[in-house]
Amino acid sequence: MAREQIKDVKREARLVQSRILVAFIGVLVLVSILVARLYFLQVIGHTHYDTLSNNNRIDLVPVPPVRGLIFDRSGEVLAQNFPVYTLEVVPDQVEDMEHTLDEIGKLVPLTARELSLFRRSLRLRPGFERRHLKTELSYDEASRFAVNQYRFRGVELVARLQRYYPHGELTAHAVGYVGRIGPRDVGRIDAAAYKGTDYIGKLGIEAFYENELLGQVGFEQAETNAHGRVVRRLNRTPAVAGVNLHLNLDIALQEVAAKALDGRRGSIVAIEPSSGGVLAFVSQPTFDANRFVNGIDFKSFRSLNESADRPLLNRALHGRYAPGSTVKGFIALAGLQAGVDPSQTVPCFGWFSLPGSRHRYRDWKKEGHGRMDLDSAITQSCDVYFYRLASRIGIQKIHDTLTHYGLGRQTGIDLGLEPSGLVPSPEWKRRVRSQPWYPGETVIAGIGQGYMLVTPLQLAVATATLANRGLYVAPRLLHSREDPQTRFIEPAEGADARMVELENKAYYDMVIEGMVNVVHGARGTARRVGSGSSYRFAGKTGTAQVIGIAQNEEYDEENIEERFRDHSLFIAFAPVENPLIAVAVVVENGGSGSRTAAPMAKQVLDFYLIERLRRADTGKRGHGFG
Amino acid sequence: MVSVSGARRGHIDGPLITALVLLCGMSLVILYSAGGGDTALIWRQFVRLFIALLALILFSMIAPDTLRRWSPHVFAVGMVLLALVLAVGYIGKGAQRWLDVGVFRFQPAEIMKIAVPMMVAWILSRRALPPGPVSLLIATVCVVVPAGLVVLQPDLGTAILITVSGLLVIFVAGLKWQYMVATLGLVTAAAPLMWFNLHAYQQRRILTLFDPYSDPLGAGYHTIQSTIAVGSGGVYGKGWVGGTQSQLEFIPERSTDFIFAVFAEEFGLLGSVLLLSVYLFIVGRGLIIAFNARDSYSRLLAASLSLTFFFYVFVNIGMVTGVLPVVGVPLPLISYGGTSMVTLMAGFGIMMSIHTRKRLMT
Repeated sequence: MAREQIKDVKREARLVQSRILVAFIGVLVLVSILVARLYFLQVIGHTHYDTLSNNNRIDLVPVPPVRGLIFDRSGEVLAQNFPVYTLEVVPDQVEDMEHTLDEIGKLVPLTARELSLFRRSLRLRPGFERRHLKTELSYDEASRFAVNQYRFRGVELVARLQRYYPHGELTAHAVGYVGRIGPRDVGRIDAAAYKGTDYIGKLGIEAFYENELLGQVGFEQAETNAHGRVVRRLNRTPAVAGVNLHLNLDIALQEVAAKALDGRRGSIVAIEPSSGGVLAFVSQPTFDANRFVNGIDFKSFRSLNESADRPLLNRALHGRYAPGSTVKGFIALAGLQAGVDPSQTVPCFGWFSLPGSRHRYRDWKKEGHGRMDLDSAITQSCDVYFYRLASRIGIQKIHDTLTHYGLGRQTGIDLGLEPSGLVPSPEWKRRVRSQPWYPGETVIAGIGQGYMLVTPLQLAVATATLANRGLYVAPRLLHSREDPQTRFIEPAEGADARMVELENKAYYDMVIEGMVNVVHGARGTARRVGSGSSYRFAGKTGTAQVIGIAQNEEYDEENIEERFRDHSLFIAFAPVENPLIAVAVVVENGGSGSRTAAPMAKQVLDFYLIERLRRADTGKRGHGFG
Repeated sequence: MVSVSGARRGHIDGPLITALVLLCGMSLVILYSAGGGDTALIWRQFVRLFIALLALILFSMIAPDTLRRWSPHVFAVGMVLLALVLAVGYIGKGAQRWLDVGVFRFQPAEIMKIAVPMMVAWILSRRALPPGPVSLLIATVCVVVPAGLVVLQPDLGTAILITVSGLLVIFVAGLKWQYMVATLGLVTAAAPLMWFNLHAYQQRRILTLFDPYSDPLGAGYHTIQSTIAVGSGGVYGKGWVGGTQSQLEFIPERSTDFIFAVFAEEFGLLGSVLLLSVYLFIVGRGLIIAFNARDSYSRLLAASLSLTFFFYVFVNIGMVTGVLPVVGVPLPLISYGGTSMVTLMAGFGIMMSIHTRKRLMT
């Protein structure tokens, strides 16, 4: 402090004040520069810039790119573009609107709805913006107007491309659909990239691969006359068409699967185990994707949205069901891994009780199965065996194994948001329900009941993983991308794959043998679908309870309301030696798995392994098989 | 006498607050047009203006002495937050600028716009002016380090504003002309080095300043379209909501950084000069407050805050009219956006506090 100079307050003040004055002069100079610049732009250059701004209105015309096409694995088109004629109007260029509308109406009939929508847009949007008067003109209407075009200043006949889904109902839940860019899209998209484009992928593949399908907008510099008509095109940056996508989906198989469901609510997912390629992805009931392209009217949407059958729900992806006995194969793997001796037999009297408890967990077969080993327990779907197995190895091991095979976790399929489902664990119950885990909950987890919820897609993925003997491949709809110019086809990046670690590979043989006996064995629960099959396959039935049945009550299918009947499930893969397809079938309120779901799965397998391969051999099919 | 009336008015300076409120009103009017009649946008801006005015009142109640004592602490907190943002910053718009504090997100860089001039004014006012080499060195470090951290975010616009606010304090403190000439020489020599450290998009922006038509659909697009908008406005403008450049969406970012283009297109030279006059009035009033302040710290801080405010205006309008490169600097109190408005109003609150308390102690 002593060394600090003595402050001369007055001198300091004068110094700073003089600097403030200097700064103020600087400010004045800079303001003068800005004013000079403004004078230069707005007075001297005004005419020049005014011309530029006038040209601007029509100067750079965006050329929308052609949206990429979507094909199935054999090259059949699932999403295409077809030209539609649209009447577009720039009100500022129209002299007498009412007269013009009258005159147009004589050439091209205008409905009351079209007129009222157009009149409303007149009030809402500035006059220099172009808007639709009528879309989807017929060829006749378009030609009639084209001949008379010269009479209508400010009205233009424009050919635009519109999305069309040839299999709109069949592919609605996989391919999805595009729709008009709405207020909710505006915030999250790059407006420049969508100049001149009216549509954006809303759902499914269309939404997931939006960036690639969209393509790149081009620009056209056009010279125009005083009436705003394009006189001559000067410069053109062509638009780049979007990438064509080839899917793993097999539309013929998809159709067979949809037909197999026979109008019932449910889902069928089929996967090629080696690649994770999704061959069929069916959710029923469904809706026609084409109805959403130009905006569905409110009444139709409400009837779809409020229908008790929920056609808008993507059951394959979002439907969550108790897997029931379909998980027994995976529970068996967990048991083997935990050291259970597969040959050790367990008596089944038709019920199971925990030590010290009088609650009876019943077997689906009232009189019991007799002595069961692992193989026969899978084959006959003995509940008691799996009650015991589950309570012996504990819920944690069950949770870990099931999760490894893809149950109760997101699959990462290229369709966007999906639920994870639920394979419960004590940790989950503590966290979410703040309750301890009870031993009885482990017992019913052994037969895929209780808290457990999986999606049809997860079931199919788990089945494929079993077919692969532990190789988990994430499911993919996309097979390859095609450059629309060069026609060069590039395979999609490999799906995530990992190996489920198991102590002994022979465990798979044991479990798969049990599942083969389900369909081919003399006492298999689904022996009816296996008999007479030309190939060997493995399967597992599942019948999942929808409502609880009291201790001394009987489940009586006939007298239960349809919506409370059991869900019917079946998983299968084939051929056993060299699996080409894995399938999961879920039929809501379908009753027993062997009676309803299993025959559906068999139809899918038959078509794919017999019909399809025969056609592939004759060389008619495309790139999908190799 | 002044102290009595100052206390009665709650430390608010009449002429300054009038001009600021006038500016805010103009902001709402032009935003209605720039936002395409989006009333929700106007409402959000209105709420922000209200919060900013609260900040002004709050800061006007803090005595300059208190502020001076806080300077190093505020600066330290700001530095810690800046470092934090780099470490765990929430990634928004590809740049790490935001810090998520649960209910809201804010940019620590904004704090530095006030904290840096406070800190530099504090350092320099502790010793006799003009500042000696040691004080200068410390002050420079206190400017360069935070500005450097902000550049890393990367947010060049804010970094420049922080640097300028600090340097302006040093200038007003009476930095010797020899030093200035020497620094200028040094910067010229170091310019090539800095050039190669700029991001590619930043380099492009500077290059297109010299020839915007070299990339008319890319980097030059902003400048071309905004100068066309300004020029086509003419003397009287195309009228409110009548600008074709704005309404047809030729001007990018027309609610935020390029809002002046909308203003000049629709209100012409007359409107623009009026707007500039309001700004000039505010800056002039700020400098008068600085001129009459009671001690060096207050003088330095007030002068730096008002000159930085002017720097904002100059850089933004310069950029829109094509005399400066495109840097992400909003038009103060007019552009749509929240955080910077609060900081600016807080700065004016400080100036009002300085003004209304200038004779309390003497």
